[in-house]
Amino acid sequence: MTAVPTSALDAGPLHPAGAHLDVERVRREFPILSETPYGKPLVYLDSAATSQKPQSVIDATSRFYARDNANVHRGVHYLSERATEAYEGARAKVQGFLNAASVKEIVFTRGTTESINLVAQTYGKTRLGEGDEVLVTAMEHHSNIVPWQMLCEQRGARLRVSPITDAGELVLDELEALVGPRTKLVAVTHVSNVLGTINPIRRVVEIAHARGARVLVDGAQAAPHLDIDVQALGCDFYALSGHKMYGPTGIGVLYGREELLEEMPPYQGGGDMIASVSFEKTVYNKVPYKFEAGTPNLAGAVGLGAAVDFLGGLGHEALAAHEHDVLAYGLLALSEFPGLRLIGTTPAKASVVSFVLDGVHPHDIGTVLDRQGVAIRTGHHCAQPLLSRLGLAATARASLGCYSTRREIDALVAGLETVQDTFR
Amino acid sequence: MSGDLGDLYQEVIIDHGRQPRNFRKLDGATQAEGFNPLCGDQLTLYVKLADGRIADIAFQGAGCAISQASASLMTTALKGKSEVEALALFGRVHAMLTEGLDGKVPPAELGKLAVLSGVWEFPMRVKCATLAWHTLRGALQAPGERVSTE
Repeated sequence: MTAVPTSALDAGPLHPAGAHLDVERVRREFPILSETPYGKPLVYLDSAATSQKPQSVIDATSRFYARDNANVHRGVHYLSERATEAYEGARAKVQGFLNAASVKEIVFTRGTTESINLVAQTYGKTRLGEGDEVLVTAMEHHSNIVPWQMLCEQRGARLRVSPITDAGELVLDELEALVGPRTKLVAVTHVSNVLGTINPIRRVVEIAHARGARVLVDGAQAAPHLDIDVQALGCDFYALSGHKMYGPTGIGVLYGREELLEEMPPYQGGGDMIASVSFEKTVYNKVPYKFEAGTPNLAGAVGLGAAVDFLGGLGHEALAAHEHDVLAYGLLALSEFPGLRLIGTTPAKASVVSFVLDGVHPHDIGTVLDRQGVAIRTGHHCAQPLLSRLGLAATARASLGCYSTRREIDALVAGLETVQDTFR
Repeated sequence: MSGDLGDLYQEVIIDHGRQPRNFRKLDGATQAEGFNPLCGDQLTLYVKLADGRIADIAFQGAGCAISQASASLMTTALKGKSEVEALALFGRVHAMLTEGLDGKVPPAELGKLAVLSGVWEFPMRVKCATLAWHTLRGALQAPGERVSTE
């Protein structure tokens, strides 16, 4: 990915490609990081739930409202043209971010959840019949399980589950054995929100395509960390959320291969998704607009475009090297912590550290850490089937972003020492 | 959100959380299931009534220190109480957990349960403490139904 200067970084990209990431400079881009919960410096280790927002994204969103706001695609006036340019410009940025073949393949949605529901209720509803199958994996988020369950119930189809190892890896042989002639779709996460596991999507796609099944990838956790190339991955659908990749909430993306999107019926009916309407017949708009009924989240899309620029400005290599350094430091520090057990121990991991602590429930860990300014997530992380596969009801999860530091890992470890003192 | 950790995790709570009292199955008892879908805390409450009084009460389950300690303290407080007394205590405990003590609920009427008075300053944790009590109400008023905090 090329480095794109953002408006807030007029001096140029934060880091030339391949360079070391200057994390203190990155942190200054995030106003929220100077908050002091309970008088303590904020240690935000919950980026897998939602990332914080850089000033450039906040500015892009408010600048849209301050200077460009109008409805898109149908106004003849000056502002409508500016708003349309901004909105479609954001689509082009997302196309570049995912390396999609065409902007027509980029559908704006509310987020990953809506993207997956869209595929289930359009592609799935028209392609699945009685006895057909959807294959998910044991490490999926509820949002990549429930839409398929609903679809299977509607169509008399069957949901099947590909197993994982105790370390939290897919078992490709078993996955291959589960993709059969009735499998219409394989839905798999790129990066697990609980384990951090990076799944071998290209292999999954090869296996599925060899048997004529389509592949949907849940990219919510991958988008902020990995260099994503949907053409290289070969997947048919890719879903992501703006808010997990430094963009606003309420905006997300569905990438779909153009020929599939063309064949799919619309998701919702309304304005903007039509070419012409009469009471006798409605002709639907072309892709991607066919899937964008109603006034879209314009400012959100513009903010997502700014987030794409922000990530581009960091540079993928520098970002990956930095996040890997903090992750490795954190994994080592926590693995040496007495009574602590890491959950998800595959080496192919991105930015998520789940753990349990002997004799202390994750919620109690979360509360004690919170009072020290350390924000983590505790609970089942919207992945109850995965937790029950691992024999757990809850974990504590620290997750990283571009602004995370080794110093924050030290604060986490110090916080865990207080946890142990409290419950000794 | 100004409470100190020490107000929440008082020694009695840590003790009851680690070694809950009356943590066992009670054969032949009325039972109710309590569940907090937000965090997965779960408990089964067993109540044996005789002549309108709680002759025996016990629980089993899994959850955080607050939910386990609250259930444990509840069972020790309720043994021998009448149904009416138990439900009145539910009201007082609920008020304490959601509004604090602040003179509204005389601590004397709460006895040992007053150690949970710090919970109200941790709004995210109130449901952990009320789970056992909601389950109790379920056991007394609609046994067999699953009680959810949501």
